[in-house]
Amino acid sequence: MILYQSMRMALKSINSSKIRAFLTMLGIIIGVSSVIILVSVGQGTTSQITEQLNGLGTNQLTINITGRGATTSLTYEEALALGSIEGVQDVAPVISGNVTAKHNTDNVSVAVEGITPSYEDVKDFHVQSGRFLLDIDTEYRQKVALIGTGTAEDLFGTEDPVGQKVQLNGISYKIVGLLETKGSSLGGSNDDKILIPISTAERHLQSKGVRSITIATTSADTVASTKTKLENNLNAKFNNATNAFTVFDSQEMLDTVNSTTNTLSMALAGIAGISLFVGGIGIMNIMIVSVNERTREIGIRKAIGAKKIDILTQFMIESIVLSGLGGIIGVGIGVGGSWIVGKYSPLKISISWNMVLISFVFSLIIGVIFGMMPANKAARLRPIYALRND
Amino acid sequence: MIDSKPLIQVDHMTHGYTMAGEVMTVLKDLSFTIDSGEFVAIIGPSGSGKSTLMNMLGCLDISNEGSYLLDGQEVRKLSDNKLAAIRNDKIGFIFQNFNLLSKLSALENVELPLIYRGLPHRERKQIAREALVSVGLEDRMFHRPSELSGGQQQRVAIARAMAGSPPILLADEPTGALDTRTGQEVLQMIHDLNDQGHTIILITHDLAIAEQAKRIIRIQDGVLVEDRRNVK
Repeated sequence: MILYQSMRMALKSINSSKIRAFLTMLGIIIGVSSVIILVSVGQGTTSQITEQLNGLGTNQLTINITGRGATTSLTYEEALALGSIEGVQDVAPVISGNVTAKHNTDNVSVAVEGITPSYEDVKDFHVQSGRFLLDIDTEYRQKVALIGTGTAEDLFGTEDPVGQKVQLNGISYKIVGLLETKGSSLGGSNDDKILIPISTAERHLQSKGVRSITIATTSADTVASTKTKLENNLNAKFNNATNAFTVFDSQEMLDTVNSTTNTLSMALAGIAGISLFVGGIGIMNIMIVSVNERTREIGIRKAIGAKKIDILTQFMIESIVLSGLGGIIGVGIGVGGSWIVGKYSPLKISISWNMVLISFVFSLIIGVIFGMMPANKAARLRPIYALRND
Repeated sequence: MIDSKPLIQVDHMTHGYTMAGEVMTVLKDLSFTIDSGEFVAIIGPSGSGKSTLMNMLGCLDISNEGSYLLDGQEVRKLSDNKLAAIRNDKIGFIFQNFNLLSKLSALENVELPLIYRGLPHRERKQIAREALVSVGLEDRMFHRPSELSGGQQQRVAIARAMAGSPPILLADEPTGALDTRTGQEVLQMIHDLNDQGHTIILITHDLAIAEQAKRIIRIQDGVLVEDRRNVK
C-alpha cells in the first residue's frame, strides 16, 4: 500500500515539475540510448564482417610465407607438393606483385597475381566472359591474362577487353577473360587486379617464389587437422625457424575480428556507461534539492506517524521512478535511433535486446544507489526541526 | 471517563539546549498530570517554553531530564520508530498553520495517518470520508488545500487529527491564523470532541481562548506558575 502510494506521490511530484524532471532524467536518457545505439552498431558491424569472412569459405587455409634468412619463399613446385598432404583437396599458390599496365595511352598501376587454374575453385573466382586460365597456359608460360572489372574499365572504358592486348611492364599479354565483379573484401578490392599464369609470373615479375598459398581442405571439419599437418610440413622445410610462415584459417580470423569488435563495443559502451553514471549524479543532486524543499512535508508526515522506513521508501521510489522513467525513454530513443542509423546510414545495426535490458536495469540500479543518500537524509530528519522549517 | 492512572504524567521535566555557547534552559522542572477526558489549555507568552512543551507532549522531541509517562509508558526510553507509532496511535495534531500537504486532496490528507498505520485501502477511504463528513466538508473532499479557505483547511486538519481516533488531541494555536468567527467555529468543534471523550491539550497565548478550557496551566520562562480549574 505504501509502495503504491509512494509511487503515486513520486509521479505527482515529477508531473508538477516536468522540465526539472526531464533535465534530471536527461543524463540517464543519453546514457541508456547511447549504450544501445553504440552496441547495436558494434554488433551490426561484427555480424557484417562475420558474413564477409564466411563468404571467403569455411574450408580454406591461407599460408603466408615471410621467410627464413635469405630465402623468403617456396618454389612453385614446393608449393604444389603441399597438395599431397592428407586432407588437402586443392592448392592455389599465388605469386603476386605490382606492375604498370598499359593499353594505348592509358597507364594504371595494378596488382598482378600469378595463379594456377585451381585458383578458380579454391578462391571462388570465375569469369563472366572469355575463359579462365588453363593448365596449358601454365605449362607453356603463355602470355595470357584475366582482368578484373575495375581495371578493365580503367584501361578499356566501355570496350570489351576480351581478346585485346595489354602491356604489363612492357610485355604484351592477351586478355582471355573478364572476371566477375566481386566487390571489396578484407584483402582490398577484388576487381582491380590482373591474373596471369603462375609460371609466366615467376619469370616476369620481380618477386620470385610463392609467398601466398590458398588451400582448400576436403571439408570444413578437417581444417584444424590439416592445418596442423601443414604446419609440421612447413616447419620441417624452414628448419623450425620462428615466424617463417603463418597459416591462417578463416575461423581464426573470425575469432580475431570478433574479439576486436567486442573489445571496441565494450569500450564504447563503457564511455556511454560513464554518461549513465553522470546521470546518476544528476539524480542525486535533484533529490537532495527535493529533500531540502520538502523538509516541512517530511516533518508533517513524521508528526502524523511516518516511520523512518516510510520516508526512506518514498524518496527511494521517487529516485527510482525518475531513473526508471529516464531508462524507458532512453530505451525508446536508443532502439529508435538504432533503427534510423540502420536505415539511413551505411552502417549495419543489430539491436541487442540483452543490452537493452541490461542498460535499463542499470538505470534502475543507478536510481537506487544515487537515491540512497538523499532518501536517508530525509528519513533521518528530526520532526521538530522539519516542522519548524519554512 | 477518568482512569485511576493519569493519561499523561510529567515529572521534573527539564529541557534546554546550547545556542552560541550559551546554555538555554527552556523547561525547568515541570511536573503535572493530565487525566483522560480533560480539556487543558497551556498558556504563556511567546518564549515561555510552551511550544517546546508541546513538542515533548506530542512525542516530537525528548526532554533532557525528568520523565514523561504517556498511558503508563516512559516516552524517553522509546526509539524513533516507536515514537512515530505512538504519534500515529495516540496523538492528533492541529497546527496553527494547518500543515496540510499541498499536493494532496483533502481526502488524501486525511487518509495519510491511516496509511502509516497500515490500514487497507478501502477501510481508510471509508474512515477518511466519514471524518470529513463530520467536519462538514463532504462536498470539498477532492479539493486541494489551496482551493480551500483557512477555516476549511483547519477543519481538514481536524479531520486528519481525528481520523485515527487518537485519545489525545494536541492543538497548537489552532485559531491563530483564522478570523474570530471561524476561530470560534473551530473551537466549538474542539469542544465537541472533548464532549465525545477526547483529551484536549490546547496551546495558546490568548487568555480569552484559554478561558474556554476546563483547566488552565500557565507557563512562564519555562516554569509552571499556575495550574487551576476553570470554574465558569
